[in-house]
Amino acid sequence: MSNSTDSWSRFDRRERLLRFFGLLAGLVILVAAWRAMEVNYGYAVTAPRELADLFGRMYPPNVGYSRKIVGPLLETINISILGTALAIVMAIPVAFLGASNTTPNKPAYLLGKFIISFTRSVNVIIWALIFVVIFGPGALAGVLAISIRSIGFTAKLIAEAIEEIDRGSVEAVTAAGASPVDVLIYSIVPQIKPAFISVATLRWDINVRASTIIGFVGAGGIGVPLQTEINYFNWEAVLTILISILGLVLISEGISAYLRKKVM
Amino acid sequence: MAAESGSTVEGSWERPTVFYNKKVKYLIYGLILLFFAYSFWNLRISPSRFVRGIGAGVELITSMLPPAYTPSQRELLIQGIVESIVMTIVATTIGIIVSVPVAIMASNNLSPKPVYYVGRSIVAVTRSLHELIVAIIMVKAVGFGPLAGVLALAFKTIGFFAKLLAEEIEDIDRGQMEAITAAGGTPVQTYLYGVLPQVMPRIVGLSIYRLDINLRHSTVVGIVGAGGIGITLLNSFDKYDYQFSMAIIAVIVAIVMVGEGVSALARRRIQ
Repeated sequence: MSNSTDSWSRFDRRERLLRFFGLLAGLVILVAAWRAMEVNYGYAVTAPRELADLFGRMYPPNVGYSRKIVGPLLETINISILGTALAIVMAIPVAFLGASNTTPNKPAYLLGKFIISFTRSVNVIIWALIFVVIFGPGALAGVLAISIRSIGFTAKLIAEAIEEIDRGSVEAVTAAGASPVDVLIYSIVPQIKPAFISVATLRWDINVRASTIIGFVGAGGIGVPLQTEINYFNWEAVLTILISILGLVLISEGISAYLRKKVM
Repeated sequence: MAAESGSTVEGSWERPTVFYNKKVKYLIYGLILLFFAYSFWNLRISPSRFVRGIGAGVELITSMLPPAYTPSQRELLIQGIVESIVMTIVATTIGIIVSVPVAIMASNNLSPKPVYYVGRSIVAVTRSLHELIVAIIMVKAVGFGPLAGVLALAFKTIGFFAKLLAEEIEDIDRGQMEAITAAGGTPVQTYLYGVLPQVMPRIVGLSIYRLDINLRHSTVVGIVGAGGIGITLLNSFDKYDYQFSMAIIAVIVAIVMVGEGVSALARRRIQ
């Protein structure tokens, strides 16, 4: 900020130029990106009409159909719960590897970091595709897809919690003559328990959403009937399913928020 | 857990519990376990199928490796990835432009109550539906192609961006706004000079973060026909061309990891 002139300005000349060219570059990239999409404006123009048509066909939701989706909805919940549980079981060792204060050595630390990063970067639906190929269509593929995908997230947050523990407590328990297992039970676990529960419930909440769509590729849950009804243009049933998904997501979010507030 | 309850020392210490007493604690743990067992039973996963699956899986994975592609598949791969990246950029921009007013609406210190509730409901609706479901609706609205994906990603961006930005706006220092008003600023000037500078770092940080998230999502919305590499991936699975599938997944993982790295680096520099 220069004060050499009488009038005040926030940036000096160099900063102004830099900001100008930065903005210009951003705009150029944006325009180039938009043009690269080769948008068919004819479709865009009819979009509001198409949407109105879609909602017209959807409304009113098919109430009678709701009886048929109770099973898939339960399956969705089960997939999300089992997937999360399995993810946590697998994430705990990864978290201890990926936390800088509990990892045994450098290669193990890097391995932990790699697992965290890798499992996170493949979307759940891609994991579902892979597991459907391996185990065939059904809830098993869904549970595995959800759990593998969740490892990175849960392990990362648990590892952060482990890194933030108070060493004093560990030393105190050790000084009282505790074995490494006792240290784990009486010092490390109590310290990371709140973080652990909040991570688990948060991930479960995310997994409920994920398990509503993995059915698109055949991995079980409410996504399977949703995909079927969309393919048959059975829009009234689709709206019923969408409303049920919305309800499920809101309820799970509520439960998860309540539990997290409780442990924090 | 602990087996130390039969301690010899008189008045031995026991770990405190958040529940009323130990019985309640074990009851709740037991119920949770029972519930997991029920979930497992309800899915009717047969162990034999799992074991067979492992065998088939090993075979399959060996057939998937090494990742490979023909020259024409390489074209498809590059085209799909470029389309995903392009969609990410456009969708993030549109999403953020729409999000800022929504965020102002959804912050209770700047908006009157009715507007606040409208803003909050927009956030809630855009957050609760999964991007693939939104993508299906958008495909119906504007046809197959990247535009549908862009709209779906932009729609999802609103819920995320507006929610977090609104939380930031709620934490701003009102004094600066009052100072601008006192200096004779119009309402627009109050927003531009009293609010915007306070939340700008957050806007930039969130934008970069959302760019990263949208990049991940843009690789999968193609599965329902909304553009990007997803459709190529789904086709390769449908054609049992698993070596190509693996190549696509490897490329996706690579660009997502690069995106994550760049995003983390950029956010660290801003803060």
